[in-house]
Amino acid sequence: MKQYRSHILVCAGTGCQSQEGHEIIEELKKQIEKANFHNEIQVVKTGCFGFCEKGPIIKILPENVFYIEVKPSDAKEIVEEHIIKGRRVQRLLYEEPNIHERLEQQKDMPFYKKQVRIALRNCGLIDPENIKEYIAEDGYMALGKVLTEMSQEEVIQLVRDSELRGRGGGGFSTGFKWELTYRNKDDQKYIVCNADEGDPGAFMDRSILEGDPHSVLEAMAIGAYAIGANKGFVYIRAEYPLAIQRLKIAMEQAKEYGFLGRNIFGTNFHFDVEIKYGAGAFVCGEETALINSMEGGRGEPNAKPPFPAESGFWNKPTCVNNVETYANIPPIILKGPKWFKQIGSEKSKGTKVFALAGKVNNVGLIEVPMGITLREVIFDIGGGIRNGRKFKAVQTGGPSGGCLTEALLDNPIDYENLTRIGSMMGSGGMIVMDEDDCMVNIAKFYLEFTEEESCGKCTPCRIGNKRLHEILIKITEGKGTKQDLEDLKKLGEMIKISSLCGLGQSSPNPVLSTLKYFYDEYLQHVENKHCPSGVCAALKKHEIVEENCVGCTLCARVCPVDCISGKVKEVHNIDQERCINCGACKEACKFNAIAN
Amino acid sequence: MKNEKVKLTINGAEIEVPREYTVLDAATEAGVHIPTLCHLDLHDLKMVNRTASCRVCMVEVEGKPNLAPACATPINDGMIISTDTIKAINARRMAVELLLSNHPTDCLICQKNLQCELQTLAHRLSVREIKYTGEAMTTHLDTSSQSLVKNQNKCILCRRCETACNEIQTCGILTALNRGFHTTVGPAFNLPMQETSCTYCGQCVAVCPTAALTEVNHVPKVWDALNNEDKYVIVQTAPAIRVALGELFDMEAGSIVTGKMVSALRKLGFDKVFDTDFGADLTIMEEATELIDRLENGGRLPMLTSCCPAWVSFIEHQFPDLVDVPSTCKSPHIMFGTISKTYMAEKLNIDPQKITVVSIMPCIAKKAEAARTELALDDDNNVDIVITTRELAAMIKEAGIDFNKLPDEDFDHPLGETTGASVIFGTTGGVIEATMRTAYEWLTNEKLENVEFDQLRGFEGIREATVPINGKDIHIGIAHGLGNARQLLEDIRSGKSQYHAIEIMACPGGCIGGGGQPYHHGNDVVVKKRQEALYKEDKNKEVRQSHKNKEIIELYDSYLGKPYGELAHKLLHTKYTPKERI
Repeated sequence: MKQYRSHILVCAGTGCQSQEGHEIIEELKKQIEKANFHNEIQVVKTGCFGFCEKGPIIKILPENVFYIEVKPSDAKEIVEEHIIKGRRVQRLLYEEPNIHERLEQQKDMPFYKKQVRIALRNCGLIDPENIKEYIAEDGYMALGKVLTEMSQEEVIQLVRDSELRGRGGGGFSTGFKWELTYRNKDDQKYIVCNADEGDPGAFMDRSILEGDPHSVLEAMAIGAYAIGANKGFVYIRAEYPLAIQRLKIAMEQAKEYGFLGRNIFGTNFHFDVEIKYGAGAFVCGEETALINSMEGGRGEPNAKPPFPAESGFWNKPTCVNNVETYANIPPIILKGPKWFKQIGSEKSKGTKVFALAGKVNNVGLIEVPMGITLREVIFDIGGGIRNGRKFKAVQTGGPSGGCLTEALLDNPIDYENLTRIGSMMGSGGMIVMDEDDCMVNIAKFYLEFTEEESCGKCTPCRIGNKRLHEILIKITEGKGTKQDLEDLKKLGEMIKISSLCGLGQSSPNPVLSTLKYFYDEYLQHVENKHCPSGVCAALKKHEIVEENCVGCTLCARVCPVDCISGKVKEVHNIDQERCINCGACKEACKFNAIAN
Repeated sequence: MKNEKVKLTINGAEIEVPREYTVLDAATEAGVHIPTLCHLDLHDLKMVNRTASCRVCMVEVEGKPNLAPACATPINDGMIISTDTIKAINARRMAVELLLSNHPTDCLICQKNLQCELQTLAHRLSVREIKYTGEAMTTHLDTSSQSLVKNQNKCILCRRCETACNEIQTCGILTALNRGFHTTVGPAFNLPMQETSCTYCGQCVAVCPTAALTEVNHVPKVWDALNNEDKYVIVQTAPAIRVALGELFDMEAGSIVTGKMVSALRKLGFDKVFDTDFGADLTIMEEATELIDRLENGGRLPMLTSCCPAWVSFIEHQFPDLVDVPSTCKSPHIMFGTISKTYMAEKLNIDPQKITVVSIMPCIAKKAEAARTELALDDDNNVDIVITTRELAAMIKEAGIDFNKLPDEDFDHPLGETTGASVIFGTTGGVIEATMRTAYEWLTNEKLENVEFDQLRGFEGIREATVPINGKDIHIGIAHGLGNARQLLEDIRSGKSQYHAIEIMACPGGCIGGGGQPYHHGNDVVVKKRQEALYKEDKNKEVRQSHKNKEIIELYDSYLGKPYGELAHKLLHTKYTPKERI
C-alpha cells in the first residue's frame, strides 16, 4: 500500500460537483503530477462537508486546512503555495464575519463548532468509492461484532436501549420497529432502506449515500440479521444518480469483500441488497406507499394497520428505515447505547442532520445534537440572517412543517417539542425566512407543493388541500375575507386529523402555523388588502413619492396601460383604478420616486 | 385465537365482539350507525373494498390524536370509541362536503338519481350548503364502448371499481391515474375503454356508488323501435331478470315476477314477449351434444361454457392461446335472436329485416356482445338492442305502469316454452347442471331420477364435482368471478386440469349478480335471494330438462335438423379470436 505524506480531500458531493468539483480534482492531480509529488500527495474525492454555502470545499491533511470556494484555476496556487512552500493560501481560507479573521481549521469555524457528526462522520473524510477507507474508519466492524458475538435479541435490545428514533420524520423507535418485525415469524422477511428523500430542500440522505454508502449497507445488514431477513432493498429516487452510482460501487465492493452475500463473516447469515428506483413522488417516502411503489404499484399509502412489520413487501414482514437512521447504527453498536444516549435531549437521543437553507448566511448540511435550540442553529451555525435583514420565521420539517417565530427560537429541537409548537422534525429541512417574506405567500407556496404531491387517495388530502390552496390564492389576490381565515383553520385542522397518511396529516401545518403566529399579516391581507412584505403582486400599490419626482415623464412613457399622467417637470400621478401593478414604472424611474 | 372475543366501548356502551371485527362491524353489531361511502363488503362473494379513502366513517378512538376510519380499523381489547362527538361528526361532514364540492350537482337528471350513494349520504347528513367551493374536475366523458359510460367527473375515488376489476376479476383495466386533485380512475394511459381488454363484465358498474360508471343507456332506442310502425319488435328476457326486477318496485329481494314482467312488456307495446330460457334450452341441446362429441371423439377437453360474453372476451384477451377450449355455442340470447329472424320469421311470415329483437339482460357485456360482427347472420345483428334489468324498470316506470298491480301473463309461443334447466342458467352452476341433466340421459339412455345436482350448487368461487356416467367419472369444474376463472385457466394452460367440462360465469354469483342488475348496494344477501328464487322457479317447472322442451323438439324436427348438425352449426355456433391484452 502506498504511503502518502499528505491528502487533499475534495468534496465530490452533488453540490460541489456541480460547481466544477470534478475539474478541481483533475486540475489538482495535474499540478501535483507536474510538481512531481504524485507519489507523496494523494487527491481524494470525498462526500459532502456540509458547508455548501462556501463550496466547492477542499481540505488538506494532515494539517487540517480548510479551503472554501475553490475554483479549478486555484489548483496551481494551492499546490505551489500550500503543498510545495507550506504556506496557506490566505484568500481561500474562511473569514469569520464577526472577528474578521481567516480561520484555517474546521473546528474553529462557527459553522462547525456546535456540530456533532455521527451520521455524517465519514462524509468529507473518506473516499466513498473505496471500501478500504471505510474499513480504516472501523467500517464493517459493527457488523462483525453483531454477527459473531451477539444474538438477534441482543442487537434489538441494544438498539432499543440507545433510544434511536426514526430520522425520516416519524420518530418511531428504531429498536422497537426491529423488534416488531423480528416477532412476526415468516420464512421470508425484508429490510428496506428508505432513500426517497422527498423534501425538495433536504439532502442529508443523498449526502450520506454519496459520502458514506457503506455505513448504510452495513447497518442494513445488521438490521437484517436482527429481524431475520436475508434480503434488503434500497428504495431511491432515480433523480439521485450520483448516490445511486456510489451505492452500486459500494455494493459491488462489499460483495467482493464478503460483507454482502453468503456466509458473511463465516456465519450462517446471508444477505443481499437490491436497488429499487422511485420516480420521485413525495408521498413515496411514506412506508406503505414506498412498498406499493416497490411492488410496481401506484405509489400511494395503505391504511395502517397492518403495519409493514406485519405485512409489507409482497405481504411479508418488512422493516423500513431511513438512510440517516441507518447511518447511526454502526457507531451505536460499536460505542454502545450509553454513549449515544448521553447526546441529545430527554426523549430524543443522538443527533439530527438538518439541511439549513433560506435567508441564512451559512447554507448547508449540519448535524447537531438533539436539544440544541433553533436560535443556536440559525444564528450560531447559520451565521444569522443574510444582508443584515431581520429574522421572521423558520420552517422545519420539510414542505409540511410549520413556520415558527422569533419568540419560539429558544425552544430546543426534539421530536415532541417541535410538534408541540406546531411544526415537526420531519425530514430535517430547515428554511429560514426574513422580513421580506410574506407568510401568506409562504403558506400558499407549500400548499401548492403538497397539493400536487398528494397521491389523491383520500378525500381530505386530495380535495381539502386543493381548497386550502384556493383560499390562500384568493387571499394573496386581495379577494379574501375574514371568514376565509376561519375556514382555513377549520379545514386545515380537519385535514390533519382525518387524512390517511402522514402527508395529509401534516400538509396543513404551514397554513395553521402561519395563521397562528402571523395572524396579523393575514388580517392585513384580507382587511386592508395589503401585503406588508410587498410580495403579493396583486396587493402591490404603486405610488409616486412626491418629494422625489422630478417630472421626467419616463414612467408615463413606459407604463403599458397609460395610467400615469403629469406634465414635464411636474409631479406625476398614478391612476390606481387602471394600474395593473406591473412595476415597469418603478423599474424605469431613476429618482426612486415610485414606491410600492 | 379463533372465536376469541374482545370487549370494547362504543359511545359509552360496552360490547363484546369477535376479535376479527373492525370498528365498523362492532358498531353495527352495537346498533350504532356509522355512515360509509367507499367501504364495500360483499362477504360471501369475497369482494371487500377496504381502501379507507373517503374518510366518511371517521370515529374517535380514545388515546389517539387523529380520527380513525371505522371500516379499516381493527379492534383491540378495551378500545373506547366515540362515533357521535362533534369532532367525528364534523370530519364526516367535511369529507362529504369536500366530495360534493368536486362533484356535479346535476342529480335531477343523473342516471343514478335516487340510486346514488353519495346523494343518499348527503341527504342523511342533511348537507344544505357546500362550504368549500372551488375548481371541479373536468374530464372527457368516455362513451367509446357499447357497454359502459365512464364519467370521471362523478368519481369519488372510492376505488371499488378497481377492487372489482383487479382483485376480483383480475382484468387489470382500471387504475388510479394522475395525482393530487387531478387523480382519476381509468385504463393505462387513460385510453378509451373500447381500446382496452375490458370484458364489460360490469362489476365496476355494479359497485360504483355514483354515476361515474354506468351502462350505456339504450332505452331511447327501444322506445324508437316500439314507436316505429314498420318494425315488428320482439323482446326476450334472460332468466335472471325475473328474480331481480321486483326489487326496483319495492318488492323483497328474491321475489319472482315472471308473470308481471311479461304483462308489463306487453303493455309497453312489444309485438311478442319471449323468454331467453328458450334460447338456453337450445344452447343445452347444442352444448350437450358438443360435449358428448368431444368426450367420445377425443375432442379438446375440458370444454368450457360460452354463454357469458364477458368470459368469452376475457379468454380472448387474457388467454388467446386457449380460444379452442370454450364451446362454440353462441350465447342463449344470440341463439334466440337468430332463431327469431329465421325460424320464427318464416313461421309467422314476417320479413326478418323488419324484426327488431330486444334482449333484457342482467348484463352490460351483452350490449357489446350483440354488436360482435362474427355473431351476425347475413350482416344483420341477431339481437338489435340490449337493455338491462335497470333500464327495463326505468321504461316500466316511465310508461306509468303500476307494476305491482299487474296480472300474471304467460310468454308468447312458439318460442315461449321453457324448462327448469334453462331458468337456472341465471346462477353460477346452473348452466353446467342443465347440461348434465341432458347429457346424462343422452349418454346413458336412462331416465335421470333426480335432476338436482346439489354438488354443483353453492356460492364458493371455485367448485368441483364428479358425476359418474356409464361407469366413467365426468369431472366438472365451476368458477364464477373472472379471478377464479383465471385459476382454472392457468391449470388448463399448464396441463394440470383434470376436468371434462367447466362452467364459467364472469360475475360473482353468475347472472344474478350481473352488472345490469338492480344495485345491491353492498348487500350480498340480495344476490343469494335471487339464486334461491331461481332454484324455486326451476322446482315449479313441469319440464326440467332442455331436451324435453316440446317447442325445442319441434324446432329441430321441422327446421334445424340434428343438434350440432349442419344448419345448427351455421346458425348457432361461432368462433373466437385471439386478441391483444391492453
